[in-house]
Amino acid sequence: MKAANFLLAGVGGQGTLLASDILAEVGMNSGADVKKSEVHGMSQRGGAVTSHVRWGDEVSSPLCERGTVDFFIAQETLEALRWVEFVSPEGSILLSDQKIPPTSTVFGEDQYPEDARAVEVLKQAARQVLLVPASRIANELGNPRVANSVLLGALSAQLDVSESGWLDVLCERVPERHLEVNRKAFLAGRQGQWKI
Amino acid sequence: MDRSILSGNEAIARGAWEAGVEIAVAYPGTPSTEILENVRQYNEIYAEWSTNEKVALDTAIGAAYAGRRAMAAMKHVGLNVASESLFYASYTGVNAGLVIITADDPGLHSSQNEQDNRNYAKFAKVPMFEPSDSQEAKDMVGAALDLSEQFDTPVLLRTTTRTSHAKSIVALGERVAFAKRPYQKNPQKYVMIPGFARRRHPVVEQRMAQIAEHVETAPQNRLEYGDLSLGIVASGPSYQYAREVFPDASILKLGLAWPLPKKLLADFASRVKTLIVVEELDPFFEEHIRMLGIRVEGKSIFPMVDEFSPEVVRQAAYTAGLTERPVLERTFDKGALPMRPPVLCAGCGHRDVFWILRKLKVAVNSDIGCYALGVMPPIGVTDTIGCMGASIGVAAGMQRGGLESDNVAVIGDSTFFHAGLPALASAVYNHTPFTTIIVDNRTTGMTGHQGNPGSGLTLSGTESNRIDIEAVVRALGVEEVSTVPSTERDELESAIKRAVKSGKPAVVIAETPCVFVSSYPREAYRVLDEDCNGCTLCMRIGCPAILKSDKVDAKTGRPLAWIDPVACTGCGLCFDVCARQAILEGAPKVGVLMEANA
Repeated sequence: MKAANFLLAGVGGQGTLLASDILAEVGMNSGADVKKSEVHGMSQRGGAVTSHVRWGDEVSSPLCERGTVDFFIAQETLEALRWVEFVSPEGSILLSDQKIPPTSTVFGEDQYPEDARAVEVLKQAARQVLLVPASRIANELGNPRVANSVLLGALSAQLDVSESGWLDVLCERVPERHLEVNRKAFLAGRQGQWKI
Repeated sequence: MDRSILSGNEAIARGAWEAGVEIAVAYPGTPSTEILENVRQYNEIYAEWSTNEKVALDTAIGAAYAGRRAMAAMKHVGLNVASESLFYASYTGVNAGLVIITADDPGLHSSQNEQDNRNYAKFAKVPMFEPSDSQEAKDMVGAALDLSEQFDTPVLLRTTTRTSHAKSIVALGERVAFAKRPYQKNPQKYVMIPGFARRRHPVVEQRMAQIAEHVETAPQNRLEYGDLSLGIVASGPSYQYAREVFPDASILKLGLAWPLPKKLLADFASRVKTLIVVEELDPFFEEHIRMLGIRVEGKSIFPMVDEFSPEVVRQAAYTAGLTERPVLERTFDKGALPMRPPVLCAGCGHRDVFWILRKLKVAVNSDIGCYALGVMPPIGVTDTIGCMGASIGVAAGMQRGGLESDNVAVIGDSTFFHAGLPALASAVYNHTPFTTIIVDNRTTGMTGHQGNPGSGLTLSGTESNRIDIEAVVRALGVEEVSTVPSTERDELESAIKRAVKSGKPAVVIAETPCVFVSSYPREAYRVLDEDCNGCTLCMRIGCPAILKSDKVDAKTGRPLAWIDPVACTGCGLCFDVCARQAILEGAPKVGVLMEANA
């Protein structure tokens, strides 16, 4: 098992924590030591959510160090920019197409970052940036909430773990009634060719 | 052996089950809440949300006196509330084992202060464990209970956010049932009147001396020898960061972290060239090691404030010349990024209350809970927030202290039961004229919707009579009382005005059922594009369901408002504030009850 650091960043309600739980479990099943860390609490009120996941032979810190993240799964553009310093120059960024403006951009003067600038910064930060239209695919599948499964699928294509290794954990973790749509979302993410 | 990825909190719950705990009690508080939520799955354990941490600890102490293994869990500031009980329990000792979980929050992810509860171990003279991952968190619950029984003492188990909410692999064990110990009446031990307590103090000192011997060989204190030029003392998550930043150094890992193993420390110090302590918050180990006459550095290198992370430890170590590798410097021209602070949910009834208070221009003494968000823009009405239950006492004090305006206390239902009742009794009895608004959302919202005596269900799912807040308030002697649903905004405004003008201690109970635990009465509202001119009035209520539309008003060039139909819960505050009738009311939902079901 190759050691890897993952950072997932999103907004409360985007399924960041579930995705990171699945990622940790896939790592354990592949024979890795795994740790993860996240902060609960305020995230339930629309705050930013991050989750660190680490795979390795023996993992000490549950938090990744800045500049060492191999795979940065950004579920939202503003959050991608907020945490981009964590990415290693050799790392990959998987950027979702979702944008959730904070209320301060609605009632106040704050500006949501422009797309072109965001992509420029992310490209500077990492070896590759994959733009995954997770939200569009999830909507096409009829359930906007499965965007995180699309992203997991896209991530899975970058890692040396079998398809069934991912789907077994996904099936365990997702409620029966949402299983089929999550499966489709995962496979759409896994089979797509994503680039910028 | 079964293995599972567990959070520290899940592991503590599992550890309690495996170690034969039969009573587990708590008051919710980040980052400790999930301990009891996970205990609930084990039928062998009686689990309870108590009204506050002191009640929880007293209950656990009583259970241990009676002869069953018990656990109380709370956040760091919860132990402040329960501290008086911790101190007497240190004197009385236990019968069956008692472990007290204190979950500290360095970095204040969800707290009003940073405090280092290792100090309580020294202060109350009780031993303390500090796990560094979930496996240790699980195992140390059992070890703490064994130690508790061996030395007849309550035992602290201290976690921080990065043990409570971090996950790692845990080898699961089976439950070992605990044979109940008979209770034997013994007033000299269990009745802390001065005459008896005086004789217990030497027992406590003797006990701590014995435990100080025990810790020298306790398996939880571990020497990891490597390069002898640098020796590190660390516990909890700091140990993990130290391992990460100093992979070759020698480390004394303290798992049974109080009292300190003096001989072990002296021996370790004598073998390494430089000795440092990597510890979050206070220089707790550092000061005690220095008192042993050992040369050691700690806070001269590492910060005293905020939580640690691998880069905080690395940067400090690099600056001190202890490591050659700095944190990778990464700077990007990102421009100013908007913050994403937590906000009151779409449809939250607290927003209605604050909207009225903003109009009335009264000072607001608020409290701990979701409604603390009333301080955030664009609402921004709050003057003070301190700790659980402080709103009412501070409001009374500001009245007595000559405040130039009227003021109101704002307190939630769970916080009212926690620490508001005694404060209200005091204010009423002493005729202090101010208004207390109890925002009753029928749940403990901020920590994730736990039950309380107003919600009608116990933690184990048994139905219980909701405590009728209005009846309680009247019984305390408040004459000016009204109960109004927050959706009846005109009526609520008149009730608050009437209360404030009454010149008497008054209470308004605003029914604000949490949108997470109740159904809401109307479909989503909708902006009528042809009538909206983008004036932003509705945007300024700070509802996360109201966004700027892609469409703009032809005259003003301003973006129109847009209501996210998925997020809107149909509360109608935007409908009320719109001056152009540009918002279409959502249709009433049929057969919906405004009832909490948490």
